[in-house]
Amino acid sequence: MTNETIQQKIQDKFGASVTGFEEPYGMLTFEIAADKNIELLQYLYDEPDLAFRFLTDVTVVHYPDDKGRELAVVYHLHNLVDNIRFRFKCFIDIENPEINTATVLFESANWQEREAYDFYGVIFKGHPNLKRIMNVEEMDYFPMRKEFPLEDQSRTDKDDEMFGRGGSVI
Amino acid sequence: MARPVRFNIHPKQTDIHDNIAIAEMPDGLNGEGYFATNLEKVVALGRKNSLWPLPFATSCCGIEFMATAAATYDLARFGAERMAFTPRQCDLLMVMGTIAKKMAPIVRQVYMQMAEPRWVMAVGACASSGGIFDTYSVLQGIDQVVPVDVYVPGCPPRPEAILDGFMRIQELAGHESLRRRNSEHYKKLMGSYGIQ
Repeated sequence: MTNETIQQKIQDKFGASVTGFEEPYGMLTFEIAADKNIELLQYLYDEPDLAFRFLTDVTVVHYPDDKGRELAVVYHLHNLVDNIRFRFKCFIDIENPEINTATVLFESANWQEREAYDFYGVIFKGHPNLKRIMNVEEMDYFPMRKEFPLEDQSRTDKDDEMFGRGGSVI
Repeated sequence: MARPVRFNIHPKQTDIHDNIAIAEMPDGLNGEGYFATNLEKVVALGRKNSLWPLPFATSCCGIEFMATAAATYDLARFGAERMAFTPRQCDLLMVMGTIAKKMAPIVRQVYMQMAEPRWVMAVGACASSGGIFDTYSVLQGIDQVVPVDVYVPGCPPRPEAILDGFMRIQELAGHESLRRRNSEHYKKLMGSYGIQ
């Protein structure tokens, strides 16, 4: 099984829903319509020639300049028999950040999706327990979105001059 | 073949002459068979030389503390060999390491469970100010949730620095008025942290 045969099989099955095939550093990567994510995962799981039965990671990337498709939900899959990995992405709108949950297929997606929700605010529809997992529960924003600076904004004792930016020193 | 048993046939005599740290006697009236001083100084002497630390170690500063408590640096010289992990018995809360915002209520709860008089030492840059972790998830200094008596700088501080901080706590304990914990000023300080 090579990247080409995987790509061929997926294209035969999903046709125009899958786009943007590329192989950065030899790892097959492509994009699929957001509403087809579970269908694809199920197909990859069931198909005996593919058998991608291990969900390595579910994560999110925020592209604030890409209007209408700001959030990319990334799924990493692993075929444990042939030791082949690949990833696919689903782009969704930040105004309506909803996508179907992978917990119907992988139990391990439970915490991974909670983390994705915690940091990026992606709503995984049908998730059994979608609440914050890493951050304090009182947190009222999604800290990894690009509009929030990394530094703690609640500090009052921070003098920008000391950090060589702004202030009276130029 | 059995190994021969070795005996320490030339034991070294311990030299205790001028070799044991003894706390200084407070000022007072001294005479044949009596010594008079004020209660405050006696209490301070006792408190100062038997502080029971509660190590609240979350990261690398905790490792430095382990060195501080071990033989080379030997915190026991200061009467503080009795670490306890129950806040109700302890006098000194030593917070060593990064405190995440999720951990903040626990630090506060531990502090509230300690009986008066109690002191707090923030060891290292993270406990004092958040250190390099200027980020959404880390508490920017434990003085946001509990009042701190002594800050020890360093990332992490060397054991000498922790000992220095400890001696400053001793200094505070040794000079504290018995009325301080009942004063309006102190109540106001506690009130500013929302602690009764």
